[in-house]
Amino acid sequence: MKYIDPHIHMVSRSTDDYERMAQAGCVAITEPAFWAGYDRSSAQGFFDYFRQLTEYEPKRAAIYGIRHFTWLCINPKEADDPGFAREVIALIPEFLTRPNVLGIGEIGLNKNTKNELIILEEQIELAEKHNQMVLVHTPHLEDKLKGTRLIMDAITASSIEPGRVLIDHVEEHTVQEVLDRGFWSGMTLYPDTKCTPQRAADIIEMYGTDRIWMNSAGDWGHSDPLAVPKARLELARRGHPDSTIDKVTLHNPQTFLGQSDRFRIDSAMSE
Amino acid sequence: MTESTYTCPLGRREVIDAYFLEHRAKLIDIAAWLDRLDRARPESEVIDFRDAAFRQALGILADGEGHRAKRILDLLSDQTTALPQSAQGMKGASGVPQPGWTTGDAS
Repeated sequence: MKYIDPHIHMVSRSTDDYERMAQAGCVAITEPAFWAGYDRSSAQGFFDYFRQLTEYEPKRAAIYGIRHFTWLCINPKEADDPGFAREVIALIPEFLTRPNVLGIGEIGLNKNTKNELIILEEQIELAEKHNQMVLVHTPHLEDKLKGTRLIMDAITASSIEPGRVLIDHVEEHTVQEVLDRGFWSGMTLYPDTKCTPQRAADIIEMYGTDRIWMNSAGDWGHSDPLAVPKARLELARRGHPDSTIDKVTLHNPQTFLGQSDRFRIDSAMSE
Repeated sequence: MTESTYTCPLGRREVIDAYFLEHRAKLIDIAAWLDRLDRARPESEVIDFRDAAFRQALGILADGEGHRAKRILDLLSDQTTALPQSAQGMKGASGVPQPGWTTGDAS
């Protein structure tokens, strides 16, 4: 059993988690830049974070045979101050040539404000300018539906192909619209919010297996770095065939992420 | 019937066998939470917007129609189109649209 966790924040997880993920079959992860649980006091804090994501974390993952890839941005929760956000955005281009960088992410909205939307549009422009793929964070709870639509409208107004964009944290009320507009969709398996492994399996049964993946988004909060293998178990428990399970937890991530020349995992590991 | 009818490989009895006890417990959790609310002294005459939305969502559970999860998520979603300029000092979400939030009139 092999799988990819395409969205997890390993800077917030222990080395023991890498070991347990490897034991459960994880062969690769991708780690989007995100909110640390507090606002950084300067852009320099992001410079150090981007170094951690591109230099240190890949080495830590490699000890357990896990390939580590990343996405860079200023996250929506710290994007409400446009002046500060622009200082951070100016740092990103020099990191885009690092060998484990797949694109811009996780950009999006948090409280659906005008300030957040301005910075989202500027980061979409950054992705356009540097021909980068995009990983999108959609807002939480009551803000998700409205925010998902605003984000898709902003991307559609750019020249970026929807097939090079993954809209993450979809739930039952957003997944169909995301797929209908040509984007990839990600389900996040959280214990309290977003999807449980059971609901993710339900969504697969209702909306199919095309252009969809699942991830743990494990971070510093209440989350589970083994959520993807638990969802695999849930699908198997219901009698779904291995081909379905592998498609949504291994082959779909490979297909989407493989649009970047940098995303390479050992073929023997992915069989 | 919809396009997603019978897409779960399990039979209905198997689904009940597999999940009934777990969801029985969740059902009683909800009942106990509503009882707990009854025992708590109200701070005002106004019903909390989250409490009101929750009780409305309970109606969807029992209406016999499909796509319950989607319809409840839609019910609990902000359906406005206005955008506040900033969310300074407010990063979190409450789970239900806070009245007046997008127009700056939130209490």
